[in-house]
Amino acid sequence: MLINKRLILAHFWLAFVVFGVALVLGAWQMFVRSPLNAWHFNPELYYRSVTAHGSAMGYVFPTLIAMGFGYAITESALEKPLVGTRWAWAGFALVAVGAVVAMIPVSMGLASVLYTFYPPMIANPFYYIGVVMVVVGSWIWVALMSINLTIWKRENPERPVPLAMFANVAGSYLWGWTAVGAALEIIFLILPVALGLKSTIDAGLARVFFSWTLHAIVYFWLIPTYIAYYTIFPRAIGGRLYSDAMARITFILFVVVAMPIGMHHLFADPQVGAGFKFMHSVFTGLVALPTLLTVFTICASAEIASRLRGGSGAFGWVRALPWQNPIMLATALSLVMLGFGGAGGLINMSYQLDTSIHNTQWITGHFHLIFGGAIVIMYFAIAYDLWPHLTGRALENFGLMRAQLWLWFIGMIVTTFPWHYVGILGMPRRMAFYDYANPAISPQAFSVAISAVGGLILLISGALFFVVLIRGQMAQRSEAGAYRFSVPVHLPARIPVALNSFGLWLALMVGLTVVNYGYPIAQLLVLKEASVPAVYVGASR
Amino acid sequence: MSEQKLFSFRNPWFGASVGVTGAIVVLAALAGLIWLPLLQPDLKISGIWDAICSAAGVPRTVPQSGTQQPDFKTSNVVMTSEMLTHPDQVSIGRGATLAQRCAICHGPQGVSDANSPNLAGQYAAVTYKELNDFKAGARVNTVMSPFAANMSNQDMLDLAAYYSFLPRVPSSRLNGSASAPQIVITGAPMRNIAPCGACHGDIDNKAGSPWLGGQSAVYIKAQLKAFASGGRRNDISQQMRNIARQMTAEEIDAAALYYEAQP
Repeated sequence: MLINKRLILAHFWLAFVVFGVALVLGAWQMFVRSPLNAWHFNPELYYRSVTAHGSAMGYVFPTLIAMGFGYAITESALEKPLVGTRWAWAGFALVAVGAVVAMIPVSMGLASVLYTFYPPMIANPFYYIGVVMVVVGSWIWVALMSINLTIWKRENPERPVPLAMFANVAGSYLWGWTAVGAALEIIFLILPVALGLKSTIDAGLARVFFSWTLHAIVYFWLIPTYIAYYTIFPRAIGGRLYSDAMARITFILFVVVAMPIGMHHLFADPQVGAGFKFMHSVFTGLVALPTLLTVFTICASAEIASRLRGGSGAFGWVRALPWQNPIMLATALSLVMLGFGGAGGLINMSYQLDTSIHNTQWITGHFHLIFGGAIVIMYFAIAYDLWPHLTGRALENFGLMRAQLWLWFIGMIVTTFPWHYVGILGMPRRMAFYDYANPAISPQAFSVAISAVGGLILLISGALFFVVLIRGQMAQRSEAGAYRFSVPVHLPARIPVALNSFGLWLALMVGLTVVNYGYPIAQLLVLKEASVPAVYVGASR
Repeated sequence: MSEQKLFSFRNPWFGASVGVTGAIVVLAALAGLIWLPLLQPDLKISGIWDAICSAAGVPRTVPQSGTQQPDFKTSNVVMTSEMLTHPDQVSIGRGATLAQRCAICHGPQGVSDANSPNLAGQYAAVTYKELNDFKAGARVNTVMSPFAANMSNQDMLDLAAYYSFLPRVPSSRLNGSASAPQIVITGAPMRNIAPCGACHGDIDNKAGSPWLGGQSAVYIKAQLKAFASGGRRNDISQQMRNIARQMTAEEIDAAALYYEAQP
């Protein structure tokens, strides 16, 4: 039962509006740095745009989706109204105001530091303050998820926590802990410099703190997608979830090993010892495990649904799946993109292979394929699935939805495959200008042009998405019934306490953080003369 | 469900998860901190403890005998972007008096057609650093070095404050419609040349980079050639030497003429 529908809708609408604006910026960036554009603009505008695109897509959009979806799960899975609605609205307001506070200096050219901050570059303090407000707003959500779960468990001591809520709270704990790294970086290292209290910054330590956030933030973005795989997809195609326990283990593995692995982003940085880079590389390898479990479980669930519908044969059942159903299509396309993106990720996490693609366009291609592709396409699916329950109006145009999803998939492949390729050729990332007339670079021009076309396809798909949602808001009223999640093949009456609570897993998460980050951070903290002069963006013009 | 203890070795989930996680940590640490460093002949490791320290990234002090001292003087000025941005009026006044002996080359208003640098409106930090480098011998010039030799630190601060206080005067060769050459706007990425404008104005200004608008083209060219040949070596971390060495003669001409025509 969904009670606070306005709260949930507000989160989703703000998320998608932010997404729409950032999508336009992204497509523009693809165009201006491609050979399709004659060079005639200030490169500073490009970095402004990249900062806005990254901050909106990285911090605001997925956070709002996770929050809104989290509230929806709390009310529908626990079958009771959300506790702390006022706090939830306060969190929403913090995220909304924080996004505006951060974007004003970015649009004025005072914060072109990209969303990953890159100290010693220092932006206007309001940019960081805005980001902190977004994070604090999301921490309110983390607290609310925990409180609502605790209250429910006290009221229902003999029942297992519903899978959707278990996964949702896992995601919120993961985010609560992983955001601490960036918060430490901003509050203790960057803000004193941005406010003019100091003029030097320990850039190495700052980047180590950011790596604490930088990788697990991706899993925080990913969790709503995985929740949709496990708890929406099997129900939407008329089947059952293959294994409830497998799903819980997947989310538990994310909580434990998604976080203490961020140093694979620092393979080329000198301030961390090679031994710790190796340990992070090992744990990054372990993160493939929950994804492999998921691919297996979701495919098995699809097979169950297909065989229930009369599908047969070793592979013949694939054809009997309900392909006209947008959720079916979105999940399949998402898994394909996850497969390619994951394979690329295995290269990024390998110490030696990484050296050939580090800081090239390969990386940009990789995270767009995973986040923009596999994850965001499931955000669309979640919206399509949830919308009728939130608005009380049916979404009827399945054809348009399928066209939108296909275009997103095609656009993302056309964008990111050439991107990976030019990365292998050595094209660096984070640059506004490439001299395609130069014989050394000209072989990359065609691929970059193709990838700009992909950006245009994505823009069209994004526009179609808004058409679907807005038409849905204007459709005839109709009762969608209670919002339900998938039922597993074997509904467990009792489950082990370890699979029904988080204490053990949070202890392991914090313990692994201490093991993998403790020494590198402590050593940098005591190291003298490690600071460098800050470079103020947009200063003394 | 609540009767089962979570943190207890009777709970198989507890034992298994802690055990497996601990085993992975130990194996990864053994491999990463001991085994792999010992396999690398270039690291010259003396024992297991040395391997652990090396792989953990413990900073080592480099023996002094191994470091090469340059055979020329290097600049001892530390630049920050905030440096000398708030001059006081008294300092400017003193600078005005001191500047009388500079006027013969740099002009009574800090501008001259003698192909010596125009100092009016130059960033105080820049003027200060150059005077300091002349005095310290990091930059050498037959005319300037003797002038700077007897200046006190306060003299240099005052002169820098005074010249930054003077208004910039457009050059007699001002041409606002001149289009910026490639080297100024985009640099040459394949030769590792950042755009001139990225530090010297137009696009951005970086700490220690002089304002070049209205400077004599002859002077800019001479400095770029001196950087390229190694005749001038007081640039921070060889930034300008690395750039100038890679620039073609045409690019040097284009940049010099463009900046001369700028306000």
